[in-house]
Amino acid sequence: MSWLRRFGAFWYDFLVGDDWRLLLGAVVGIVGVDALVRAGHGAVWWVLPSVVVVTLAISIRRARRP
Amino acid sequence: MRDVLLFVGVLLACLVEAVEALTIVLAVGYTRGWRPAWEGVVAASAVLAATVALLGPALTVIPIASLRLVVGGMLLVFGLQWLRKAILRAGGAKALHDEEAAFAEQTARARAAGEPADPARDWYGFTVAFKSVLLEGLEVAFIVVTFGASQGSLALAVAAALTAVLVVVVVGFAVRHPLSRVPENTLKFAVGLLLTSFGTFWAAEGAGVHWPGGDAAIVVLPAVYAVVAVILVAWLRREQVSPVRVEGGHA
Repeated sequence: MSWLRRFGAFWYDFLVGDDWRLLLGAVVGIVGVDALVRAGHGAVWWVLPSVVVVTLAISIRRARRP
Repeated sequence: MRDVLLFVGVLLACLVEAVEALTIVLAVGYTRGWRPAWEGVVAASAVLAATVALLGPALTVIPIASLRLVVGGMLLVFGLQWLRKAILRAGGAKALHDEEAAFAEQTARARAAGEPADPARDWYGFTVAFKSVLLEGLEVAFIVVTFGASQGSLALAVAAALTAVLVVVVVGFAVRHPLSRVPENTLKFAVGLLLTSFGTFWAAEGAGVHWPGGDAAIVVLPAVYAVVAVILVAWLRREQVSPVRVEGGHA
């Protein structure tokens, strides 16, 4: 059980880390781009970088808040 | 160009983690003796090598689009975490990692653990060295395996990691002191930018996106993210020096 807990803690720290919003932003961005491509939208290359920038800015702003 | 960035990314990531592991190994070596320290390093290195040797080829069996989607996503999350920390540290919102302080803390702990019950086998020293190398190395093993599999250049990724380890081991044991002068946060900044960029590039490609300019996008993405990161650092620094408002509106 202890080993399982440590294994879970490792992956939690690895994927969630200090701010779960980063994981959420990346998942939303990737799933969104995948859906857009499947729906036949062509030039959606800018979507993921935009989501990444917004997610990072939100995370930094939240970290700065006292 | 992708190969060059891959090599640099793995090299820098491995340098950062190796410097941190070296600090703990040196603390163990000075306080508990060099034998348990070296045994811990060798045992952890063997586990890491086996991990890369097993997972690396296994990942290449997965179809490349699915692999890039999943691996890109994980690299993106991982890279964003590195980048966030580096931005917060550069902006003064988080304390810088201090190798001297880490060395002093680890040395005090190792002394407090007392003498080993069996003088021929110091399990405390071995375990601390083993865990430090394994935990710092797992992140690097993940980067090596994912970069290598997604790019089809596992050998190149392994070569970059080995180069970094060799440099840190040679320099570290030559000076016999924690490498506190290594600009760790600058390296973390660069690694965060590269991991985030490769993660974005591969995850989008895996989803079926065609990047304008093809491979050239992998050079543009770090530049764009670097500009954003610099803006965020400047914003944080400005926030740090802004006058604090108090009751009555006086600064």
